[in-house]
Amino acid sequence: MNPIKTFNKGGVHPEENKLSKDSPIVVFPIPEHVIIPMGQCLGAPAEPIVQKGNKVKAGQLIGTAKGFISANVHSSVSGTVNKIDLVMDHTGYRKQAVFIDVEGDEWVDGVDNSDTLVKEIKLTREEIIARVKDFGIVGMGGATFPTNVKLSIPPDKKAEYVIINAAECEPYLTCDNRLLLEKTKEFLVGVKVVMKAVDAPKGIIGIERNKMSAANLLDKTIKEDPYFAGIEVQPLVTKYPQGGEKQIIKAVTGREVPSGKLPIETGCVVINVASTYAIYEAVQKNKPLVSRIVTVTGKSVKKPSNFLTRIGTSADLLIEAAGGLPEDTANIINGGPMMGKSVSQTDFPVIKGTSGILLMSVAEAQPRKVSNCIRCGKCVQACPMGLEPYYLNKASKLNMFDETESHHIMDCIECGSCEFTCPANIPLLDYIRFGKAKTGAIIRARK
Amino acid sequence: MNQFTISGSPHVHGDESVKKIMYTVIIALIPALLVSIYFFGWDAIRITLVSVAACVLCEWLIQKFLIKGDCTICDGSAALTGILLAFNVPANLPSWMLVIGAFVAIGVAKMSFGGLGKNPFNPALVGRVFMLISFPEAMTTWPKAHAIFAEKTVTDAITGPTTLGVMKEGLGAGKTTEEIMNQLAENYTYIDSLFGNRGGSLGEMCVIAIIIGAIFLIWRKVIDWQTPVTITATVFCFAGLFYLIDPMHYAHPLFHILNGGLLFGAVFMATDMVTSPMTIPGKIVFALGIGLLTIIIRLWGAYPEGMSFAILIMNAFVPLINKGFKPKRFGVIK
Repeated sequence: MNPIKTFNKGGVHPEENKLSKDSPIVVFPIPEHVIIPMGQCLGAPAEPIVQKGNKVKAGQLIGTAKGFISANVHSSVSGTVNKIDLVMDHTGYRKQAVFIDVEGDEWVDGVDNSDTLVKEIKLTREEIIARVKDFGIVGMGGATFPTNVKLSIPPDKKAEYVIINAAECEPYLTCDNRLLLEKTKEFLVGVKVVMKAVDAPKGIIGIERNKMSAANLLDKTIKEDPYFAGIEVQPLVTKYPQGGEKQIIKAVTGREVPSGKLPIETGCVVINVASTYAIYEAVQKNKPLVSRIVTVTGKSVKKPSNFLTRIGTSADLLIEAAGGLPEDTANIINGGPMMGKSVSQTDFPVIKGTSGILLMSVAEAQPRKVSNCIRCGKCVQACPMGLEPYYLNKASKLNMFDETESHHIMDCIECGSCEFTCPANIPLLDYIRFGKAKTGAIIRARK
Repeated sequence: MNQFTISGSPHVHGDESVKKIMYTVIIALIPALLVSIYFFGWDAIRITLVSVAACVLCEWLIQKFLIKGDCTICDGSAALTGILLAFNVPANLPSWMLVIGAFVAIGVAKMSFGGLGKNPFNPALVGRVFMLISFPEAMTTWPKAHAIFAEKTVTDAITGPTTLGVMKEGLGAGKTTEEIMNQLAENYTYIDSLFGNRGGSLGEMCVIAIIIGAIFLIWRKVIDWQTPVTITATVFCFAGLFYLIDPMHYAHPLFHILNGGLLFGAVFMATDMVTSPMTIPGKIVFALGIGLLTIIIRLWGAYPEGMSFAILIMNAFVPLINKGFKPKRFGVIK
């Protein structure tokens, strides 16, 4: 294995709390109803193509992508469409969704639901990308960017590396870790598929060293089978945000994505672990993205678990299965504690980007008293993008959007390291996010 | 159906807090406090208590009756300013003078700008310089250090100028450094600076106690090592340059480092978060400026000691330094 590496600028080290790392993946029973939101990706929501009363099968297309940055949505169960209505999803907004009453578990034709490992990649580059697009695969780490867009390399660029983002730098989350341990070979075939799709000679799996059992297993599997030649395991320092796209490229290759540019400028394509597995299932097993692994965890949760769940399952069923909602729950997070979104209710549906459901106790989530900025500069030192969070916070507060722009607010990756480290408990990222949205709108209006 | 709190990410927070930072600095000052109590006894306790009490009271009054905001004295910053102010005055300073100094430090230099974090100048140094200008004699006559276990009490002890003062006076009178050092050698060697057996303000006496505090603060990541090291190195090089040119009229660089408030200022005053630059390169420039100004004032200024003025002058440059020394951005490849 390669010597350990890391990104060099900024970063913090929150308590890891990987409570569910030894809980094997449990296949969650198919619920009686599912609610499948049409907007499950960054960009435009899909357009529903079924109507009330339609019979659907698992894996059937029920929503088509609208526009370039958008993704297809498939039914995760078989049954009858009950209604098409608005539902409050994890963002807190009401969004269009297809409600399905489950009847049996019938799949569309051609889906291979067996456990057989399919190694031989029959599809061509173009076919793989088309399949990834048709089967609705998005970035499953939480950002939900349509994966086919990432795999479509501009004609003037060349992909040298496929970097698999297995850092899982968010505290608490273990879904990628479990997937690497339990679906090792399927995952590695997925890496091969991605390498073929972008025509990259090398695949590197970047993984934080708090997951050495997974890293060692991957390394062993790669060395045992010459089919996996070209894939390497790169252990990384356990430091947040090691799994930020720009940070992991820097850590693994030493290259920096230029400000405002895309990762392909450095010859890298970065794909999340769960997405890689979804690509394997789509390309090799002909199975659309209709399920994912969700970590249900929290310090007061009785049984922190990793569930293989159908998309559209209500979060409260998962919480129930993990031992019920602890009494001291103050905050429910869709995702990890650093970048996840807090939700107001437990009945939101699991979507493609739901990597975890985190139940935070009162003690952890207690709001802290905000005091004056003492100009300690800890936020400046913690910022992995080399920005000045204290200044961006102040300028955003004062609506000085020319200042936020000239201080490169658009480079902010919203990792939250600044706010995490601030001794005065200033909600830096809240204001910076606001400033970034405003500044972005001004820049777009200018074009 | 339960309703849960909505908040923006991140949902977890590190264990840093303003209070923790302030109390860490206070802990780092304990070795110096113990040394000053050993040498000045009751007077060291009196000065420290009066100064802390006056600073905390002043902040409480202003916060309650003028600003009408939440009580802020619990964050430890007023107490810290009080200790730093106490450590910057002679042990025999009358209490009433100290109270005036404390009110200037907190009232004028800190609260009038809006309280903690808003002040451009280091409050304790503003208080000290105010007293130095208002009560020049009381502020420059130091009791000679002697252990409380010794027979004489402080009031009996001989008072006099510091070693730096002797040097400045001697050079002004046309003596050579060699003659002055011989004159000092009767009751002073460099070893005395290490252990604190010399004249000077409360906190600056014992180099070892200051270094213990510095190591503690660097270990707790409250201060960076670059600022104190750059100040010391600058002073050593700049004073050393003149010493090499003319050793008869310029003191040895070690003399400058081990005497006066240089190390105390470098560790506890120049590293004040509020009044120092944000980035490490900025801090290095800031420290360079302090080192140069200190030596310029010591060699050619009217005062034997230049640290307070040097830090205050550089405090004024902090906004400009912050503008000029930005952090290196990610993804800017030349």
